[in-house]
Amino acid sequence: MSDANLFEQQAANRRRSAILVAIFLLFFAWIGFGGDLIFHLYTTDAGTSSYSPQVREDAASYRHMFPWFGVCATLLGVAMAWWGWKKGPKEILWATGAWEMIEPSRAEEKVLVNVVEEMAIASGLPRPTVWIIPDRDPNAFATGTAVDEAHVAVTEGLLDTLNRDELQGVVAHEMAHIRNHDVKLMTLLAALVGVMALIADGTRRLIWYGGVGRRRGGGGGKKGGAGALVAILLIAWLFSVILAPIVSRLLALGVSRKREFLADATAAQFTRNPAGLASALRKIEDAAEPTKAIKRGTAHLCIADPAGRRLTHKQGRVANLLATHPPMALRIARLKAMAYQYDKTGEIPEAV
Amino acid sequence: MFMTWLFLALIVIALVWAISAYNKLIALKGNTINAWKQIDVQLKRRHDLIPNLVEAVKGAMEFERETLEAVIQARNQAVKIQADAMPTGGVQQLAAAEAALSSALGRLNVVVERYPDLKATSNVAQLQEELTSTENRVSFARQLYNDTATTYNVKQQQFPWNMIAGFAKAEPVELWEITDEQEREVPKVDLSMKPKE
Repeated sequence: MSDANLFEQQAANRRRSAILVAIFLLFFAWIGFGGDLIFHLYTTDAGTSSYSPQVREDAASYRHMFPWFGVCATLLGVAMAWWGWKKGPKEILWATGAWEMIEPSRAEEKVLVNVVEEMAIASGLPRPTVWIIPDRDPNAFATGTAVDEAHVAVTEGLLDTLNRDELQGVVAHEMAHIRNHDVKLMTLLAALVGVMALIADGTRRLIWYGGVGRRRGGGGGKKGGAGALVAILLIAWLFSVILAPIVSRLLALGVSRKREFLADATAAQFTRNPAGLASALRKIEDAAEPTKAIKRGTAHLCIADPAGRRLTHKQGRVANLLATHPPMALRIARLKAMAYQYDKTGEIPEAV
Repeated sequence: MFMTWLFLALIVIALVWAISAYNKLIALKGNTINAWKQIDVQLKRRHDLIPNLVEAVKGAMEFERETLEAVIQARNQAVKIQADAMPTGGVQQLAAAEAALSSALGRLNVVVERYPDLKATSNVAQLQEELTSTENRVSFARQLYNDTATTYNVKQQQFPWNMIAGFAKAEPVELWEITDEQEREVPKVDLSMKPKE
C-alpha cells in the first residue's frame, strides 16, 4: 500500500471511530433523556386531576422535572466507555485466558517471537507484545489502543498447526490490522458493544421494577394528544433498548468484514509471500471446531470467525450480515491471485 | 513602496520555504541512517551467530572441512566490509559479500541435512532457526532502507530542493542491490524430499 493510501486508510478509521463514539453518545442521550421526557410527559398532568388537595400535592411531587436518568445514563456511559477503552485490550486478553510470552520456552514459541520481530521490521512498527491463548483451535487476533501499545495473541493450536511461512502470514495479517489503525477501531467497538449490552440490560431491569412501582402508585388518566405522543415515544424507546445490543453487534460485524480483505493484502505486502497466508487460512478453515476461549464479543478481532461455523462458506445477504469475516474461499482466492501475479511480475498488487 | 513590500514578502516566503526544505532533508537523512542501522544490527547478529553454528556442527562433520572453511571465510570477509560500509559508500560491496555468505551458508545447510542426528541432539536446529529469522529480518530491513534511501535521493536532486541539498550536506546514498546476475540467483537449499514441517 502506498503512503497516501495508508494515510487515507488511517484517516478513514479515525473518522469511523469518531462517528462510532458520536452514535454511541447519542444513543445514551436518547436512552437517558428520552426516558426523562417520557416520564416528564407522563407526570405533567399528575396533580391536576380531581382528587383531594392532599393527593394532588403528593402527585405533584412525583412530577418529573430534572432529567436524572439522562444525566446518570450519559455519565455512566462515558465512564464505562472510557474505562473500556483504557482497559479494553487487557480485558479482552484476560477474557481469553491468554498469558503474555516474555521468555519463549518451546521451539515453536521461539519461532513465533522471531516471526513477530521480522514483521515488526517489515511493517516499520514497534514490536507488539505476544500472547498465547491456551486453545487447541488455530486462531489469532490483535488488540491495542495505539500502534506502540498493541498486542498480538495466537492460540497454541495455531503454533502447532502452521509452518513458519504460514505463521508469518498470520502475524503479518495482525500487524497489518495494527498499522492500518484497525485495532483501535475494533477495540473501541468491542468496548462499546459490551457497554451497550450492559446498559440495555440495566435499563430493562429498571423499567421492570419502576413499572411495578408506578402501577401501585396509580397515576392519573392519560387522554388526548399527549397520551398518544407518550405511547409512541415509549414504544420507540423500548424498541431501541431491546434492539441496541443486536444493532451494535451487527455494526461491529459490518465494520470488521471490510477490514479483512485489506489486512490480507497488506500482509502480502509485508511478507512478499501471499501463498503463505493463503495456506494458513486454508488450515485454519479446515480446523472446524470452535475456538472456545474466544467469546462472541471479541469475534470481530480474530483472523477467522472463532465460532467455527460453516457460515464462512456461504455467500448471500443473511450470511454476510451475520459473519464477522468475508467468506474464507474468497479471501484465499484473492491471495492466490496475488501470489500468481507476484510470480509473474515480481510486484505485489495493492488489491485484486 | 508597494514594490519594496512585495520584495520583502517574497524574501520571507523564500526563507520560510528554505528552512522547511532544509529540515525536511535533514529528517529524510535521519530516516535513511536509521534504516541503515536496522540492517547493520541484523547483519552483526548474523555474523555473531555463524561461529556458533560452525562450532556446533564442526565435531560431527570433520571431513566437510571445505564447506565449513568457505562459510568462515565468507563471514570474515563480510565482517571486514561491514566495518566501513556507510549509506554513502560500500553498500553495494557489502551486499555482494552478504550474498556470497548466504550461498556459502546454503551449501552448509545442505550438508547439515545429511546428518539427522546433528539436528536432533545439539542446538543446531535452534541456530538454524535464528539464522533464518535473521536473514528474513535483513531482507525486510533492506526493503525499508531502499524505500527511504530512494525517497531521500530523489528529493535532494529535484529542483528546487537541490539548491538546499548543499546546505543540508545531503549526498546521494547507495541502494542495497544485487547487480551481478549470478548473485541474483537464489540458492536452493532444501533438497530433502520430506514434507516441510
